[in-house]
Amino acid sequence: MKTFLLFGLVACLILGTGLLQSWNSALLILNMGLVSAVMALGVNLQWGLAGLFNVGVMGFVALGGLAVVLIAMPPVEEAWAAGGGQILLGLVLGAMTIVAAVLMWSRTSGRVRGWATGGVLLVGVIAYRMVLDPAVDRVEDVNPALAGYLGGLGLPVLIAWPVGGLLAAGAAYVIGKTALGLRSDYLAIATLGIAEIVIAVLKNEDWMARGVKNVIGLPRPVPYEVDLQNDPAFVERAAGFGLDATTASTIYVKIEYGLLFAGVLIILLVLSQLALNSPWGRMMRAIRDNETAARAMGKDVTARHLQVFVLGSAICGIAGAMMTTLDGQLTPGTYQPLRYTFLIWVMVIVGGSGNNLGAVLGGFLIWFLWVQVEPIGQLLMTLITAGMADGSWLKLHLLDSVQHMRLLTMGLILLLVLRLNPRGLLPEK
Amino acid sequence: MDFLNGIVALANFVLIPAIAYGSQLALGALGVTLIYGILRFSNFAHGDTMAAGTMFAVLTTWGLQAMGVSLGPLPTALLAIPFGILGAAALVLLTDRYVYKFYRAQKAKPVILVIVSMGVMFIYNGFTRIVIGPDDQRFADGERFVISARDFREMTGLAEGLALRTSQVITVITAVVVVAVLFWFLNKTRTGKSMRAFSDNEDLALLSGINPERVVLVTWLIVASLATVAGVLYGLDKSFKPFTYFQLLLPIFAAAIVGGLGNPLGAIAGGFVIAFSEVGITYAWKKVLVYFMPPALEPEGLVQMLSTEYKFAVSFVILVIVLLFRPTGLFRGKAL
Amino acid sequence: MAEPFLIGDGMTGGYGKTGPDILHNCTIAVERGEIAVIVGPNGAGKSTAMKAVFGMLDLREGAVRLDGEDITHLTPQARVRHGMGFVPQVANIFTSMTVEENLEMGAFIREDDFSGTMEQVYDLFPILREKRAQAAGELSGGQRQQVAVGRALMTQPKVLMLDEPTAGVSPIVMDELFDRIIEVARTGISILMVEQNARQALEIADKGYVLVQGANGYSGTGKDLLANPDVRRSFLGG
Repeated sequence: MKTFLLFGLVACLILGTGLLQSWNSALLILNMGLVSAVMALGVNLQWGLAGLFNVGVMGFVALGGLAVVLIAMPPVEEAWAAGGGQILLGLVLGAMTIVAAVLMWSRTSGRVRGWATGGVLLVGVIAYRMVLDPAVDRVEDVNPALAGYLGGLGLPVLIAWPVGGLLAAGAAYVIGKTALGLRSDYLAIATLGIAEIVIAVLKNEDWMARGVKNVIGLPRPVPYEVDLQNDPAFVERAAGFGLDATTASTIYVKIEYGLLFAGVLIILLVLSQLALNSPWGRMMRAIRDNETAARAMGKDVTARHLQVFVLGSAICGIAGAMMTTLDGQLTPGTYQPLRYTFLIWVMVIVGGSGNNLGAVLGGFLIWFLWVQVEPIGQLLMTLITAGMADGSWLKLHLLDSVQHMRLLTMGLILLLVLRLNPRGLLPEK
Repeated sequence: MDFLNGIVALANFVLIPAIAYGSQLALGALGVTLIYGILRFSNFAHGDTMAAGTMFAVLTTWGLQAMGVSLGPLPTALLAIPFGILGAAALVLLTDRYVYKFYRAQKAKPVILVIVSMGVMFIYNGFTRIVIGPDDQRFADGERFVISARDFREMTGLAEGLALRTSQVITVITAVVVVAVLFWFLNKTRTGKSMRAFSDNEDLALLSGINPERVVLVTWLIVASLATVAGVLYGLDKSFKPFTYFQLLLPIFAAAIVGGLGNPLGAIAGGFVIAFSEVGITYAWKKVLVYFMPPALEPEGLVQMLSTEYKFAVSFVILVIVLLFRPTGLFRGKAL
Repeated sequence: MAEPFLIGDGMTGGYGKTGPDILHNCTIAVERGEIAVIVGPNGAGKSTAMKAVFGMLDLREGAVRLDGEDITHLTPQARVRHGMGFVPQVANIFTSMTVEENLEMGAFIREDDFSGTMEQVYDLFPILREKRAQAAGELSGGQRQQVAVGRALMTQPKVLMLDEPTAGVSPIVMDELFDRIIEVARTGISILMVEQNARQALEIADKGYVLVQGANGYSGTGKDLLANPDVRRSFLGG
């Protein structure tokens, strides 16, 4: 009942936006709300179900975005000819170096060990750089204004969503292997680090996804507005609803995205619900509530944590791919930890950690607030500064600072919920 | 001559910047490690505490500059540090009173406190941006160099110059003084010893009549001071931008963990390990190597292991290595 | 009969406000300058009884009186100020601090000059004087216990409470620790201790309490209990 009411409230908020502002912004909020809900679902799996503290959500989301470029963009033939194979060879060399170093470390001992492993690494890194660097230079010189990268595989964009999940899962596996089983803070720091590194790679490896030059014009799973506007049948139908073709086309596209996203969300939600109530889910919760006891009962806690960590991160990766598809572009410069990691945490905690529906609710609600705090803050500041002289220093400064209000608001919401209602809006059953 | 030139180039591009950066990281890591030792959680708001303290100092500096106060060749910001500390102290004490205290009384799990500190981070971050804005702020004044590269070349007749910036010298001197005072305080004063006792064995400390709230209060004061000093030094050396300070969280935590969380000595060592690795791995060694290698072997490329954009990766990799092989850190913190 | 110096009188209670009762009308007392020992089988509530006297659990019934004053509602910290010293069974020293710093922390609540007391502790445990600058965590088990007792003595307590001071030390070290404890008692400090090594402990005890399931089973002088055939058969292995 409470669930129903709260979701109803969110629906009213979004409908209200549609009525008061515009249907376009309402749908935009709805779509990003759906994506946020998927991210929150992933984090909830890790935190709510297993008590794992992942502060690298941004990194997994960005990997999902990368997948969209790698899968959906058409390959840049010229760039491949210039050095595509050599880059792949370089990457293989890099991977082999790491494997060789690990082998060297495990096969030797004593004083030889450090030097031998170091030597392998040094030789490997030099070889890797010697193969990779010239190829990268050549690839990045191919039509740098438009391409300068290898492009993708030219496959349908929807394939990128599961692939995004896979990329994120791979990264999560490496991190989890290292940091799980140690104290919880270590996982936090490690995930924080991997997120920064993923973003750094995206920003700087231009051959992969053009770095800060951004990849724009990503293929879509839905029709383009222009095509719709040129389609007489569509224009006619739009007129039937009393809408002009431009508005109708943008709304139509957004609705299609919404339906796709809702489909993904529902599938993941159902799977999460099943997982939560399965013996596996009960075991995870048992581990979360008393790790020592679970360990004593012979449960391999670290392996279970690794499973759930990889799964949760994969969901974040899928959400990241969905988001990049919606944006139609990959812009590594816009990934901010406050927006893509910590905001998701606010969603989970406000919604109710441990409750999948709660996470979804938190995703919608917090996203709505995130979008709307700014206009509300603007209004507030305008009221506050109404009495001040126009052009006064303080007035300008206050009006200017409105855009930073959302950080403050989100922090405040997080602290208040943690303090007054630590189990969230929809508590775990 | 080549040899001397090589040494000078090494000092100029690697040693001096790394020592300065290491000092800044060490001061930051000390704050993190103290919070961890006494309050027993990883404080994610530390980077933003540094930003807030620095912001207070920057504002004071501007005020002083406007009044015409100056330290001559030294940056005015040095005079502003106490005010910055005051601001940061007020901020963290208010936070402790209205936020952390509640969870302490509840004996909440450390991970809850970490999440709480995340909320605090948001608020500090927003606060700093609202007050001073998100952009780069320069507040350094005074003499820029102790020795400029050109002076050095003229003085010694070497081909390589050695630039020693005022901010670097101030950073190192201040860090040494601050660390010396801190260790004197922790090891020689009654309050300092009671803090160590509390960190070592909380129950026994309570049994011995040590007042936990007093220990916590003193800890926050010290942390606010360390954070502000570290932040101002970093700002003088580079520039002040709130987001950069948030990003410092990673190398700072890496330093604290590498050294062993909860161990002040480890935090300092960790700071230098991270700083030297970061500078060493992202530096293009060609400039130094040309002096040491016979011309035939001279490297063609820049001999740069990683571009500077990846400096976070360096702290991260070191962190991972330490976690894999010695999770308690180099100096055996209170880990695991 | 005059009231004993310290008495936990008819104590009933357990951990927390709602926890099950562990002690049932249990009475423990010690006279000035004497040694009282609590023995009994595992799970009899020996440590719990001592913690109850020290105020570490909630009593539902009964009272604790020190020198005639009711201290039932004082916190453990306040009891320290009233002259009670407590040495926990585990984690009873500051491992990362030096021996001398451990003693200083013991004297934390004292505002006066405590160097005299520190000298007394060093006289009592000469090995500690030797290792005063060493980290306490680096010492051997027996030496650590000496640090722990020394730390508790720094407040110049009137009563010293020891929770299994000989747990995990070798028999030789145990004898030495008991000797030291007797010395402490001779200086006029009452000793209340819980012991696993019942026989040796009763030998030095002026008063012994055998607890059975949280209640007084037998009590008497150490000698009486050692001579009591029931006690011998049940707890001392014949």
